[in-house]
Amino acid sequence: MHPALSVLLLTTLIGAGQGLFIALFVSELLAAGTLSPSFFVGGSALVVVFCILGLIASFFHLGHPERAWRAAAMWRSSWLSREVIALPAFMGVAALYGLAHWSGATYTLALGVLGTLLSIVLFVCTAMIYAAVKVLKEWAHPLTVVNFTLLGCASGACLATSYAVFAAPALVVPLSQAAFSLIALSLVTRGAALLRNATLKPASTLQSALGIRHPHIVQKSQGAMGGSFNTREFFHGKSPSFVRGVLTLLLFGGFVLPLILVLTAPALAFVVHYGGLLAERWYFFAEAQHPQNLYYQTVS
Amino acid sequence: MTQLALVIDLNVCVGCHACVTNCKQWNTSGAAGSLSDLDPYGADPNGTFFNRVQTFEVGEYPQTETVHFPKSCLHCEDPPCVPVCPTGASYKRKSDGIVLVDYDKCIGCKYCSWACPYGVRELDEKRQVMTKCTLCVDRIYDQSLPPERRQPSCVLACPPGARLFGDVHDPQSAVSVAIRERGGYALMPEAATRPSNHYLPRKKTTLNLRDEALYRSDNPQRIDGAPFEPNLPPIAEEL
Repeated sequence: MHPALSVLLLTTLIGAGQGLFIALFVSELLAAGTLSPSFFVGGSALVVVFCILGLIASFFHLGHPERAWRAAAMWRSSWLSREVIALPAFMGVAALYGLAHWSGATYTLALGVLGTLLSIVLFVCTAMIYAAVKVLKEWAHPLTVVNFTLLGCASGACLATSYAVFAAPALVVPLSQAAFSLIALSLVTRGAALLRNATLKPASTLQSALGIRHPHIVQKSQGAMGGSFNTREFFHGKSPSFVRGVLTLLLFGGFVLPLILVLTAPALAFVVHYGGLLAERWYFFAEAQHPQNLYYQTVS
Repeated sequence: MTQLALVIDLNVCVGCHACVTNCKQWNTSGAAGSLSDLDPYGADPNGTFFNRVQTFEVGEYPQTETVHFPKSCLHCEDPPCVPVCPTGASYKRKSDGIVLVDYDKCIGCKYCSWACPYGVRELDEKRQVMTKCTLCVDRIYDQSLPPERRQPSCVLACPPGARLFGDVHDPQSAVSVAIRERGGYALMPEAATRPSNHYLPRKKTTLNLRDEALYRSDNPQRIDGAPFEPNLPPIAEEL
């Protein structure tokens, strides 16, 4: 699949925002008395800013962004539609959570519970957009949901750690430990998905795509000389060495370096982890082999 | 229930692309809007097509066969592109089973094209909406056309008649008979999409005649004066 920058930014930015919200809520749950309201107000503002940036990025993916409101219509069947509903709901609760802390309200924990639930719902919706595409075996697996959730939580924990360096130094150590654990856990689950996808046997073959039983079939023409939507949308167009480079980048930027940085230089942890996460998302698309590619092997 | 569909005879298709050309002509001139071309006369021509003819070579030299393979939307009975659409722009008609896109509702998110295993949906680069074969829905019901012309453009254009059009749910229709009696098959059955369009396989025409039959006395094609072949099974008069 072709990795579209808008989708890479959308999924990583809102993932960081959702993870940060969960980190804020857990901080309030465990250390409410020791923290000033400004920590939560600033944190909630960060959550909303990250989600707005992700939302802006997502509009660049659409051919008709002015019709985006229509996307909420088919929530009964489409995970994309469910995400379109869950995202603003989560952003609204995150904003209310910040306002409640700012105004000194007593129901902040209740909003925190609601926001955390919506955050998890949003992780599931975002991941299911990919996991529900049955023809892409690399995506259609429960690990996709696990990875979107854990990588988002790890990203949010890194963001919370970096944020705490400036806003609540007392929280840096526990948050960095949480971030370390989440990054380590996400390394295990994402590693499992990488291993699974590396040895995956495609369900469809050129034989089943054409209905011709012969071991040796070669494409001689795909019906168009200058490419088509099919050659643009479903191929990443990069060399195998480039793809291997991205794999190295995602393993170091998304896991190895952040594991060291959260403990040694927490202020830098989020930026490095986010860069690694962009590489991770790029690879997520690139490693998905769409069966339609069987029909587009040779131009002529 | 009606399920309109195409049946494509790979034994007859000569790969002339007349169906591609006529499809483009009809659908780019229709009420549903143009199928845009980008840089059509330049070095890197590009455009939207509902139907493409691809060519494959089966076997290894010298035992090779060229297979021309027309590919358009298969109007699946379980279309994976429909439930994923967030706006409801992509839908399957209950009345005749045609899978269509409402261009006024489509937001151009391309999600439906990801769900389709066949790669038959193309985003129009100028209009930025998803487009696909409509089975020429704007002409097959057109009462102003004579009944024999109420067929998809690709079917009308096909010089050797490799394309059949009809209701695959009606067991007596020409398409159903063709699928039943000539080994019609669906593409990628493992995708569980239940395509309505079917393909008829290529077949070799061979003379089904055993050597020994040529030597039998009751064979009108018997070769007169042929020498006795001891390896052949005995026939009645020689016993």
